[in-house]
Amino acid sequence: MDSHSRIVIIGAGQAGIQIAESLRQEGFDGAIMLLGDEPHPPYQRPPLSKKWLIDGGAIGALSLRGPAAIERLRITLRQDTRVRAIDRQRQEVELADGSRLQYARLAIATGSLPRALPVPGASHRGVLALRGIADSLAIGEAIRRCAAEKRRVVVVGGGFIGLEVAAAARKLGAECTVLEGLPRLMSRVTAPVVSETFAQLHRTHGVQLMFGAQVAEIIGREGHAAAVRTEDGHEYPAGVVIVGIGIDPDDLLARSAGLLCERGVIVDECSRTSDPMIAAAGDCTARRMPDGALVRLESVQNAVEQGKSAAAALMGRERPFVAAPWFWSDQYDVKLQMVGLSRGYDHVVTRGDLSKPAFSAFYYRAGRLLAVDSINRISDHMQSKRLLDHGVQPTPEQAADPQFELASLLKAPVATAGGA
Amino acid sequence: MPRVTYIEPDGRAVTLQLKRGETLMRAAMDAGLDGIEAQCGGNCACATCHCYVEPEWLDKLPLPSEDEQFMLTNVAAERRPNSRLSCQLRAQDELDGLTVVFPERQS
Repeated sequence: MDSHSRIVIIGAGQAGIQIAESLRQEGFDGAIMLLGDEPHPPYQRPPLSKKWLIDGGAIGALSLRGPAAIERLRITLRQDTRVRAIDRQRQEVELADGSRLQYARLAIATGSLPRALPVPGASHRGVLALRGIADSLAIGEAIRRCAAEKRRVVVVGGGFIGLEVAAAARKLGAECTVLEGLPRLMSRVTAPVVSETFAQLHRTHGVQLMFGAQVAEIIGREGHAAAVRTEDGHEYPAGVVIVGIGIDPDDLLARSAGLLCERGVIVDECSRTSDPMIAAAGDCTARRMPDGALVRLESVQNAVEQGKSAAAALMGRERPFVAAPWFWSDQYDVKLQMVGLSRGYDHVVTRGDLSKPAFSAFYYRAGRLLAVDSINRISDHMQSKRLLDHGVQPTPEQAADPQFELASLLKAPVATAGGA
Repeated sequence: MPRVTYIEPDGRAVTLQLKRGETLMRAAMDAGLDGIEAQCGGNCACATCHCYVEPEWLDKLPLPSEDEQFMLTNVAAERRPNSRLSCQLRAQDELDGLTVVFPERQS
């Protein structure tokens, strides 16, 4: 590629802006065109279900990189711009207005879409899902209205988004019910001991939790959601219904262009797709692991690290994403931090005080540490990150012993020198 | 308006005017500095906004919270006695002239 080449990035979220920035760090000197379909410059999504939802802050507070940064990095940012198709033969993208843009290399960072509730009434007004700034604003407004009118916020889904929204609803003074189809909270990603801790936390804050609650219908009144009916015939009156039942990768453009996709654009550990001219990063991807399994991660870290890999890949270099995945959730004054992937665990030990709560759950498979969930135990989380990144294995007995120093397993570089 | 100088990993110095109360992280992100990632957006959850504070300024800063101290145990670059997370440092008039140095790497 010469300096007249243009790299087009579809999607101006966390992954898209990271690719753009990393391209400059990789020494790319040509044109970078960053296409976003929202009317905002790149912004952070995690606060949309956390602090920002509660405080209702300014949009600028969410900014990932300010206008000065975009200018300095010589990124051409086009907001409100939708891509209709990718033409891989001609190396062009076609925009919604019919115009076409040539690319030397292309990056796909289209993110994900909230899964819709597949039941009658799901399209009523007052049935909301969370993805972007506009959604968070609408949800915040609906919660405040429910609080004022003494109506209940009904959340469908007891995962991260649903629980963070439930915590926000309580903070804003609205009554709240969470309907979870499975027998416990966050059941796909955490052990029962963690689920139970969060169930207690939400009950203490006055949230009504209903398990095994399969939603059958959203009952409307004059086109607005008025209640949620579950399979067992129960009706939950609702001032607003917030659906948080997961997201699907937005891989439509990639699939239509014939790129290999399977619930996400398939990439390797270097974020390369099945087309050598195209890389992909973030929520829209499914990563092929060395053992052949496909892993989908939905996190800031994944967007950032895959973004760096993608930028390197577009420059013909390999920069694999190898760090242990990490993630966090804030609910009330409790911070949940997770590192590693606990899927397939056969043994869990806990460290710390379950009643406070301030403890960590260590997940093992066949004696190997897979992942650690820390609840108000930042030091455990940070040390576990290092353990997993360095492949250092505490035994379950060591992990469970609060007197045992996990850090002692790491040959930490001892810093004595002062100054910078 | 306090001015803060950031030293990028390649040695370049960039001086920014900060609003009172604005975090050093926020201003660095808005200016598009290279030496910072701030993946968690200022939630003290990722330790990727690590900086070294010029030693003569250290005692003018509020002490790190327990959370920040824990986060500092796992910064990607070398942890030094003057290591801080820039998302936890807020600009004040008495910090006018502060200099911080970004490490080689954040993650």
